[in-house]
Amino acid sequence: MLLIDCPYCGERPEPEFVYGGQAHIARPRTPAAVEAQQWADYLYRRDNSRGIHAERWRHTHGCGRFFNALRDTTTDHFLATYRVGEKPPAGGTA
Amino acid sequence: MQPFSGLSLLVQGLRGQRGWTPQWRSPEPKPAYDALIVGGGGHGLGTAFYLASEHGIRNVAVLEKGWIGGGNTGRNTTIIRSNYLFAESAALYDHAVQLWEGLSQKLNYNVMFSQRGVMMLAHTVHDMQVAQRHVHANRAAGVDNEWLTPAQAQAFCPLLNIGDIRYPVLGAALQRRGGTARHDAVAWGYARAADALGVDIIENCEVTGIRRDGRGAVEGVETTRGTIRAARVGVAAAGHTSVIMKMADVHVPLESYPLQALVSEPVKPVFPCVVMSNTIHAYISQSDKGELVIGAGTDAYTSYTQRGGLHITSHALEAICELFPMFRRLRMLRCWGGIVDVTPDRSPIIGKTPVPGLYVNCGWGTGGFKATPGSAHVFAWTLAHDAPHAINAPFALERFREGNLIDEAAAAAVAH
Repeated sequence: MLLIDCPYCGERPEPEFVYGGQAHIARPRTPAAVEAQQWADYLYRRDNSRGIHAERWRHTHGCGRFFNALRDTTTDHFLATYRVGEKPPAGGTA
Repeated sequence: MQPFSGLSLLVQGLRGQRGWTPQWRSPEPKPAYDALIVGGGGHGLGTAFYLASEHGIRNVAVLEKGWIGGGNTGRNTTIIRSNYLFAESAALYDHAVQLWEGLSQKLNYNVMFSQRGVMMLAHTVHDMQVAQRHVHANRAAGVDNEWLTPAQAQAFCPLLNIGDIRYPVLGAALQRRGGTARHDAVAWGYARAADALGVDIIENCEVTGIRRDGRGAVEGVETTRGTIRAARVGVAAAGHTSVIMKMADVHVPLESYPLQALVSEPVKPVFPCVVMSNTIHAYISQSDKGELVIGAGTDAYTSYTQRGGLHITSHALEAICELFPMFRRLRMLRCWGGIVDVTPDRSPIIGKTPVPGLYVNCGWGTGGFKATPGSAHVFAWTLAHDAPHAINAPFALERFREGNLIDEAAAAAVAH
């Protein structure tokens, strides 16, 4: 089990959180105007990084808020957590 | 290759078992091959075997970064079934089951395929509707699957607790042709048979780059044991497929998650079949060694660590203890994780890529072992003909752009 540092509540055990997938993926502003490949990329293309990964988490059984995190997928070690709208700290890929 | 037979076992027994030779060579990689397979699991080794045995392409090497069968082939819960909802999936997985049925004879290697039946439990009204829809769809597609009442389910698996639990068993779908096989033997059997046909199995050889020529076509790979040239490269690297494919600038819609399994201390034969429950999430069978083999779910987040959270395995064990109260005092012997590559629709990707000469077989997610012979068979066809076999044509990479998903995720035929 991981300890995850919610930027609003502090360190809490992993079962309080829900994973929200890769962070910083923007929905095309005008979906009807984009090519099929761009829309498929938005829906399905993920970095699946082996290493540092920027990702969303939600503190579901706590404050209920979404936030972002940098985690090393080779160790599951969290490098940082940060609020939605903030730039990822140094070391982030996004 | 020394053939296995009753006579050879008798003769070796009389000679004190001293006459056996290694079952495959450990060659140095040659500078070039006609085809390379990246990944020495069941799918990769099987692909090399079918390339050599069915397509006459014998100048082939299988490149494995660790030891063969050390990845997901040796980490799964060995369940085999083909009761998927959609016609495309049922055709693919039933192709595999049909190959399983003759595999030990074909390889001259006992893969211990046991058609003891796979029973999938229904605990809610929704479960019953979904399971019965599967039964009807499978029967219409020529795949065996039958509906059991709770009493019939208990008769098929007498240890099953159908009533005194939070989610009582309301029925079950039974595929009698489903069952288990010895996973290590599948890797070893394919390796031995492929080696005998001239395939080089190269272990401790990690691919670090994919070489492309001026047109962009594949011309070989860089490895930790040097450059190896080949005009055809098939990637069967399971959870690490994304890492390999990025070397050729090809993005496949995969996410890699840890999936855990565990075994109990060995006990006398008590468990006659395979039981799966998607709703309370557990699956269980008994190995021929006597261990109960139990599958847990995936962790929620992507990872390459080959280990998962304890609360995931605890959750599976709670379900097992409810379904089979007599196992409550059993001790668990080992648990481990594998990295599974999951696609958005929970169906695999088998076919060509935008890079000429580069082929991919991935996205098997939590259920690749059952498909091993079928997957390898159609992937070998794809490499040999530079075109997909009719069975794997629907499983192309392009389906995500075109919207032709084979949405077994929504169909819930897979435990996820």
